Amino acid sequence: MINAVGAPQSLLLLGGTSDIALAIARKYSRSGLRVVLAARASDRRTAAVIELTSLGCEVTEVDLDARDHESHAATIEQAFSGGDIDIAVIAFGVLGNPEQAWRDPELALELAEVNYTAPIHFGVLLGQRMQAQAHGWIVALSSVAGERVRRSNFVYGSTKAGFDGFFLGLGEALRDYGVHVLVVRPGFVKSKMTSGLDEAPLAVTPDQVAETVIDAIKSKRELVWVPGPLRVVMSGLRHVPRPLFRKLPL
Amino acid sequence: MSDAAVPAIKPSMPEEQPMIPQPLVELHGWGRASGTMSHLAQIDSVADAVSALRKSDDRGVVPRGLGRSYGDAAQNAGGTALDLTKMNRILSLDASSEPATVTIQAGVSLDLLMRALLPFGLWVPVLPGTRQVTVGGAIAADVHGKNHHTQGSFGNHVRSLDLLMADGEVRTLTADGDTRELFWATIGGMGLTGAILGATVALQRTETAYFLVDTDRTADIDELMERMSQGDENYTYSVAWFDAVTRGRHMGRAVLTRGNKAAVADLPVKLRRDPLKFVAPSLGTLPEIFPNRMINKATAKAFSTAWYFKAPKHRTGEVQNITQFFHPLDMVAEWNRVYGPHGFLQYQFVVPFEEAEAFRRCLEMIVNSGHLSCLNVLKRFGPGNPAPLSFPMPGWTLTVDLPIEEGLDKLCDTLDTEVVGAGGRVYLAKDSRLSAPTFRKMYPRLDEFLAVRREVDPTGMFNSDLARRLELSNPTPGGAA
Repeated sequence: MINAVGAPQSLLLLGGTSDIALAIARKYSRSGLRVVLAARASDRRTAAVIELTSLGCEVTEVDLDARDHESHAATIEQAFSGGDIDIAVIAFGVLGNPEQAWRDPELALELAEVNYTAPIHFGVLLGQRMQAQAHGWIVALSSVAGERVRRSNFVYGSTKAGFDGFFLGLGEALRDYGVHVLVVRPGFVKSKMTSGLDEAPLAVTPDQVAETVIDAIKSKRELVWVPGPLRVVMSGLRHVPRPLFRKLPL
Repeated sequence: MSDAAVPAIKPSMPEEQPMIPQPLVELHGWGRASGTMSHLAQIDSVADAVSALRKSDDRGVVPRGLGRSYGDAAQNAGGTALDLTKMNRILSLDASSEPATVTIQAGVSLDLLMRALLPFGLWVPVLPGTRQVTVGGAIAADVHGKNHHTQGSFGNHVRSLDLLMADGEVRTLTADGDTRELFWATIGGMGLTGAILGATVALQRTETAYFLVDTDRTADIDELMERMSQGDENYTYSVAWFDAVTRGRHMGRAVLTRGNKAAVADLPVKLRRDPLKFVAPSLGTLPEIFPNRMINKATAKAFSTAWYFKAPKHRTGEVQNITQFFHPLDMVAEWNRVYGPHGFLQYQFVVPFEEAEAFRRCLEMIVNSGHLSCLNVLKRFGPGNPAPLSFPMPGWTLTVDLPIEEGLDKLCDTLDTEVVGAGGRVYLAKDSRLSAPTFRKMYPRLDEFLAVRREVDPTGMFNSDLARRLELSNPTPGGAA
């Protein structure tokens, strides 16, 4: 249960080593907060456990393999074995080299599976659990790349477009059961996922995304952009005619 | 009732009961801050209650009365809440015994009970800050009133109670004898030992429905605490409102009101004709129109100053009616709406008398925090009772109403630390945010309670949001903590 002053008791981070997921956990951390870190076993996961434990959290590790669909149900089962989950963050994803992604069928398939198929599979599994407990938040980390898919990274963008649509819909479906879904549309986030790429305008840090997520949950909003002004930019870009859109340096 | 070795078991209901409709609705406490969705089952009879219990799933059931707990005590996300307010019959009254007793169903409100008893010259022994609570809730939260220092909390006056237990049977429990452990675990047990369906309560006698009240305005917190420490034993009822906004020299300035029940001879002639008349004016219901920041620096300051100076500096022997003396807030229905949609929380704690310094530090922290509270109560508690989760203990108790705002969690966490350090505790009926580890430190007899609970409800069938938050539920094979 998220208590009267907005503090959750339990977090589930799917993609538990993602910079944004960890930034969210850090901001919520307090003595006794239960954190379930679902990620591939790795040094990064171990480091995350050590860090969150040092902040007073009670951390459990659960294995997550986005491409092994058979394993997803067990991941969720284990994640809920310690009790209700107040906030579940879906934070895993791959960016891939955009020019390679539309030429390499294997890479295209990987993007589709990791960024779309696996999230909707987890979304349905989480939805069942949350519907039964009749409270909780699913935080779906989408991207402005899915809001209007552009030439420069359209494979990634198309997976996020599907992702975004699914979680907006899931939020509507779960409304009557006391469960909230928050869809977060960040722009360019300076994180390990984007390291080595040129920074886009309005770039944000994982901390800023985490801050926005926490504010949104507090004020019960279900769709946010990070940074906020991107909402205005995107609502303009959505309506730019294709011949003109094509010419924009995006 | 019976002190037999085996608790009396009333005949259980047939297995097949018609399904009671259980719509999924949002339930929240009086603070309106952390609502969740529960299946609300309207309970009209013992048979309904048994049926709802037997049909519940692993999310369990929690009894619910009039919803005056401030936090998440009477809601059960994904599970069932038993609405017991329709079980509101007064079953029998024994006015000739000493003391007189009344046997009621759990859904009877203290308002209804008081109105019914007054014509007989009988008086409900403990009245909390509102009459709009049920007897079941008053027992489950072990509520206290202005007379705690002289007459204890509600549980002290309960002779016996009927408890619907996890096995689907109804047992009668008494304060002594073999059922005493379960009886006292149920007092203040927040509905987690079972659902209280009825009780027999000892009553007091009164000649009038009025009080003789002395009022004193004190310049600061020190003067207030000194006055209360010295004079309280002369009064059955004693409570202080204090100003939690003004800082500096006049920090904690207060209006202390203390009184005793009035005899007929104390009343002015006009009132003597109908000395047991119950005066309960209503100013109507607050509409749902208030924004979140209704309580701001300007309004809180204005209210606090007005409330302080409205009181006489020193007045003795004023005749006040029940509403004036006990329940001024009951004049306005749904007054909690004034805090706006974000809601509010009430922080009530007690620390032992010898920790007066810690008490002062807490007060100072609240006043200097920038969080604004208008309805602030300070009182001295008398001895506690044998219930392991009962809140009152000998010491100073303080209550503030705080609108939910940025940073409130930090203030409350800091207060918790101070309260734990002083060997004090926070009142569960008001709580909506305590963490399980902190709660554990505040209630040293928790394990006694949990032992009883494990015995009578091994699968954790009685469950609530509060129970999950404070880890009062037993771990079940399914995993719910």
